This record gives sequence, C-alpha cells and structure tokens, in this order.
Amino acid sequence: MREVFLPRTLDELWDLLLRRPEAAIYAGGTDVLVKLRAGLISASGLICLERIEELRGVRDQGDEVYIGAATTHRALLADPVIQEYFPVLIQALSVLGSPPVRNMGTIGGNVVTASPAGDTLPPLYVLDAEVEVRWGDGAKRLPLSQFILGPGKTSLGPGQLLTGVRLKKSADYNVHHFEKVGQRKALAIAVVSLAAVLKVSDSGRIEKARLAWGSVGPTVIRSVEVENALEGRIISRNTLGRAAALAQTAVSPIDDIRASAAYRCTVAGNLLLRLINYAR
Amino acid sequence: MKINFVLNGREIELTVPSDIRVVDLLREELDLTGTKESCGSGECGACTILVDGQSRLSCLMLAAQLQGREVTTIEGLAGDKGRHPVQEAFVSAGAVQCGFCTPGMVLAAVDLLERRPDPSRSEIREGLSGNLCRCTGYQKIVDAVEMAVHREEG
Repeated sequence: MREVFLPRTLDELWDLLLRRPEAAIYAGGTDVLVKLRAGLISASGLICLERIEELRGVRDQGDEVYIGAATTHRALLADPVIQEYFPVLIQALSVLGSPPVRNMGTIGGNVVTASPAGDTLPPLYVLDAEVEVRWGDGAKRLPLSQFILGPGKTSLGPGQLLTGVRLKKSADYNVHHFEKVGQRKALAIAVVSLAAVLKVSDSGRIEKARLAWGSVGPTVIRSVEVENALEGRIISRNTLGRAAALAQTAVSPIDDIRASAAYRCTVAGNLLLRLINYAR
Repeated sequence: MKINFVLNGREIELTVPSDIRVVDLLREELDLTGTKESCGSGECGACTILVDGQSRLSCLMLAAQLQGREVTTIEGLAGDKGRHPVQEAFVSAGAVQCGFCTPGMVLAAVDLLERRPDPSRSEIREGLSGNLCRCTGYQKIVDAVEMAVHREEG
C-alpha cells in the first residue's frame, strides 16, 4: 500500500517533501493517477495538493493576475477575471478533456505534465505567462517557455513545486482565438491546436500578433517569422495564406497514432486561415 | 487509515488503505455497485460520482481524498419522495439500453442542471460529453435530460 498524504499548508508540504522525496505529487489526478496505474511511473507514496488553500484561486493584482497552481479548470472557466482579460485561455479550457476532467484537473497539472498537446499551453505561451516555483526556503519566477524543456520535461528540481502562473493583463489584444483539431470534440488529445492573440486596428491592420501551436513539436511552437508576416498587414486571404505557408515549415511535428506529420503541417497552416473571421 | 465522510446523506467512518481507488471502495468494500468502472483512466465517465455536488471520476480519486467530503452515488440520488427528476425522465424517455453508462450519465446530468438549470440541447450534449454510451443511445439520453428540465420547471 502507498501512503497518501493530504497536506493543508505549504509548510506541511515542504516537511513532507524532505521526509518523502520519492513520493509522487498530484492535484486532480487526471494525469498522474492514470500513469501510475499504467505502470508508467512508480512511487512509494503520493502527495495530493487539493487541500492546500494557498495553491487555489485567482488573484487580481492590478497589472497582473495570479493563478494558484491547484486551481481547477472548472474554477478558471467560472472566474470573472479570467473571462474578462484572457478569453483565449477560456476558449481552450472549454474544450479541455470533459466536464469531470475539468472539475478535477488543474492548470498547474496541465503545465507540469508538459505535454505538447496540453490545451492550456498555447494560450499561456501567447500571453507570455510566467510560472512561480517555490521550495522550502526559496522562490523564483521564470517564463513558461523556459520552464518547459521538452515532452513531459520541466526544469523543476527535487523539492520544488510549481505554485502558480502569472499573467500580465494586456489591453493590447482585441482578438483572442483558440482552435483545437482532434479526432472528436470531447476528450480529444489535440492533433494540432492554435492560440492567437492579435491587436487589430479599426481599419483591419494587424498591429501585433502572437501565435502558438500545440501538438506540432516537442513543446509548444512559436514563430516570430510567422508573426512578422502578419504584423503591419491588413487581415486578408493573401496575408493569411502567406503566413500559413510559413507556418507549415515553422512547425516540426511527428507521426503518431493520432495523425501523420504531413497532415499536422498542413493543418497548422490552415488553422491560421480562420483568422479571416476577424477581418474588418 | 481512518476516514470520515458523508455517503448518500449518512455520515460514515471507515478504516481503509489510503490508496484504494474510490471506485473500488464503493464497489468492493461498500457493495455500492451502481457506480461502474469501464476505462479506468478518466475517458468514459462510467464511474462518475458527485463529490460536494460536482461530478468526479471515482477511478481517479483515492480514498484519502474523501475525508470530510459529501459523496453522492447513484444509490443515494433518490430522495424520500422517490426517484430524482432526472432518473424519472430517463425511465420515461427510455433512455437506457444496456444500462452500464446510466448511473454516470444521470449524475453528470444532475451536475449540469445544478449549474445550468435550463440548458439548450447542445449544452446538454456538451454537459454529457465526458460520458460514453457504448450502445450509442445518445438521442434518448439527451431527450431525457430535456424532459427533466421541463419537469423541474413544472
């Protein structure tokens, strides 16, 4: 039998991590408990984060919004601050997993699992999210793009915990867009996804563009080249078509059971064409 | 370990291995076999229960996590006055084929109607999208939830 711990404070957690460094940490259980049962990870103990109040909730801190790592997707979907400032994240959360998975799974879990197909990741990349990492007697902040190193790999060290995600409020973007292509609507692991935030002028000119693709590389893929191909131009089929062609070469997908690399390249480009809906 | 929680309206105290899955605790230890297990990995919804009123997958929860919670399984849904309106509607609409997904579907619908008392048909489909019916009897299941909405109104 594995011991299961439910610490109530971070201080209790740091003590536990010292005593049981080999224990697996989970919050919603929708990734870790599945892998544990499948024998993909082993652990002699389990630490569940769901009772640590400090890790839950959304805090509006003026220019920034702080999201506790153990905040569930359902809580984020219902949060007025997230709804107001980060619609691109809301769009991704609303197609993540299924209702019960959203009731259980957390944003911190989605980040630490570091799957290239993690639905919250492309929105967090375009929003230039930072993560907060804490340990017994220290803390640091770093860009999400430096925290995630590869498929399932993060820069978390022993005894460290991802405690929160920070997003800057930006009045810049008036277009928030997320689309996921999967094999079905619910419970789909993305074949390709695209998050885009744009600042579009009244005349339809793209003044600023941030794009990120999921499931087409070892981590979420961003492309300055494609963003440059959009910025300064009027949203049109031509502009988007050229950017889509560039996007097909910017991504580096693999063949797997869900789709071929060639199909993913095509879709990664074609998903950009949907931005025509935001032409003025 | 010793855990205390409210199960279908009754406070209980149990001594259980802390890492036993909730679905196993319910079915094997407590003989509440209304909760089903199918995929065991969170993809089918057969093991759905309500924890503090929200739908959860009992195959992805460990017994220790029940401490202090209120749990409702399909066995506890009917009240003193008889079946829950959603259960009643499933019977009237004939929304049951083999029945294996039914407990999960009913509890998912109860959770949905709690959040959204007057859902559209597409919102019902979305609300039940975490639950698979291997008989593919979805139309009547959605009909049943629609029927439950109107009954609750009336």
